[in-house]
Amino acid sequence: MKTDFILDAALAIQRTILANEHTLESLDREIGDGDHYINMKRGATTVVDMQAELVTLSPEAALNKIGLKLLSTIGGASGPLLASFFMCMSKTLKEHGDDSLPKIAAAFAAGVQAIIQRGKANLGEKTMLDVLIPVATQFESLAALGHDAKLIASALTKTAETGMLSTQDLIATKGRAAGLGERAIGHIDPGAKSCQLMIEAVCQLV
Amino acid sequence: MKKFINKVDDILVESLSGFATAHADLVALNLNPNFLTRKNKAHNKVAIISGGGSGHEPLHAGYIGVGMLDAACPGHVFTSPTPDQMLEAATAVHADKGILLIVKNYAGDVMNFEMAAEMLPFENATVLTSDDCAVINSTYTTGRRGVAGTVIVEKCVGSLAETGADLAACKALGDKVNTRTASIGVALTSCTVPAAGRPTFDLNETDLEMGVGIHGEPGRRREALREADAIVADCVEAILADFQTKNIATSQTEALLLVNGFGATPLMELYLLYNTAAQLFTQHGIQIVRSLVGNYTTALDMAGASITLCLLDDEIKQHWDSPVHTPALRWKM
Repeated sequence: MKTDFILDAALAIQRTILANEHTLESLDREIGDGDHYINMKRGATTVVDMQAELVTLSPEAALNKIGLKLLSTIGGASGPLLASFFMCMSKTLKEHGDDSLPKIAAAFAAGVQAIIQRGKANLGEKTMLDVLIPVATQFESLAALGHDAKLIASALTKTAETGMLSTQDLIATKGRAAGLGERAIGHIDPGAKSCQLMIEAVCQLV
Repeated sequence: MKKFINKVDDILVESLSGFATAHADLVALNLNPNFLTRKNKAHNKVAIISGGGSGHEPLHAGYIGVGMLDAACPGHVFTSPTPDQMLEAATAVHADKGILLIVKNYAGDVMNFEMAAEMLPFENATVLTSDDCAVINSTYTTGRRGVAGTVIVEKCVGSLAETGADLAACKALGDKVNTRTASIGVALTSCTVPAAGRPTFDLNETDLEMGVGIHGEPGRRREALREADAIVADCVEAILADFQTKNIATSQTEALLLVNGFGATPLMELYLLYNTAAQLFTQHGIQIVRSLVGNYTTALDMAGASITLCLLDDEIKQHWDSPVHTPALRWKM
C-alpha cells in the first residue's frame, strides 16, 4: 500500500459522504439523533485537509496520524471507533509490513477488532460492525487465496452492501438506537451505511 | 429553522464566549481544545470534570464553581467531546487528589471519556450516570441513559470533594446517588440541531413521545397527547416501578423532586407538572423534602419536560444542601 492510495481514498471518502448527505441524515433522524452526517463530514474534510502533512509520511505513519486527528475532531461514538481502527491498522502494518494483500487484509481485520473492543459490540447488533466484520473476514480469506486486488475489491463492495442491508431487520443492542427496541426494525443503521459507502468508494479506486 | 445564528459553524464558540463573559467572576474558557474551568483553581481536592455534547445548557458548564464541578468539556451540539479536551482540562484543574470524571451513559461519551481516562497521567475514576428509566433494562439495551439526574450527582459529588474526601469516596457517593435517582422525559415537540437545520424527529400536533431522551431520540412509545395529570401519572408510575426493579424501598423515604424543562416549555407548565408529581409521590408515601424546578438539562428547543426523583439519605441530603456557587445553581454562598 502506498501513501498516495491513502490520500486518494480520503478524497473518495469525502466525495461519497458529501454526496450522501440526505441519505445519512434521514437514517440518523429515524433512529439516532441527527448528528452522524455532520460528524462524518467533519472527519472526512479534516483528513482531506491533512494532505500536505501526510504526503511525505509512510503509509503506517499516515494512518496513525489520521487516527489521532479523527480522535480529536469527530467526537461522538464515531470518533473513538474510527480512530481506534486507523491507529490499530497502522500498528499492525508497522509490525508485519504492508507489501502484500494478505498483510493489508490482516491490518484491516486488526482495525476492525479494535472497533469491536472499543465499542464492546459484535455482529448482529445493528452497528457499523455488521458491515466491517464480514468485509474483514472476506478480505482476509480472499487475499489468502491469492486473488487479485480487483476481484477482491468487487467482492468486498458486494459484501459491504449485504451487511449494510442486513441491519434493516435487526434490533439495535448497541449505540444510540439501542433504546428503541423493536421500533428500530425496518431502519438501516446510519453507521453501517456510512461504512458501506466508504468501503465502496475505496474499492472503486482499486 | 428559526434561530439566533450568525454562522452555523460559529454557534458553539460564540455561545461559549458569551457564557464565559457573562460569568467571568466564576469561570474561565479555553478554546482549542474547548474546556471551561473555575476562575480560581481549587487546591488539594479531587478535581471533578464532566462534559458532553452541547445543547443541554446549563449542563455542564453552568455547574462549574465552588461546591460542584472544577471543569467541563463541551462537545459539538449533541456530540461527545473528544479526549484531548478532557486531557487538557484535567491538566488545568488537577489538584493532587486525582480526577473524577462524571459521564452520562451514551456510547460516544463513554468511549471518548474512556480513551481520555486511559491516557490521563493522573489517578482517575469515572461515575457513569444512568438515571433514565425510560429505556427499560433488557437484553436489547446497552444500558440506561444519563439525563437530568446527572445534575444531582454533580451537586452531591462536588460537595463531598470540597471537604477533601478522596477519589474512592467521591466515586462511591456518585454511584450511590445515581442508583437512587430515576428520571423519565416527555417530548411535545422535536428539537432542531442547528447544523442539521430541521427537526430531529417528526411529532405531530396531537402526539407526545413518552420516554424521550435529551437528544430527541425516541423513547418508550408515541401516544396521543392527554391532560397533564395523566401524563405525570405515567411518569410517576415508571419511576416507582424502576425503584421496585432495583429493590430500593421508596415508602416513608425522603426525596428530592426535580422537574426539568427541555428548553421550550414555560416555567408555568413545569410548576403545573411539579404540582401533580408532588401530590402523586406523596400519595405513594414518599416525602418530598427538597425540590428543583426549571431548565437544568435541556435538549435545545424541544418542548417537554422530565421528572426526576432522587431518594435521599442523610449523606445525600447533606451534600445537596451544602453551599454551592455556580452560574446555574447557587445557594448559601
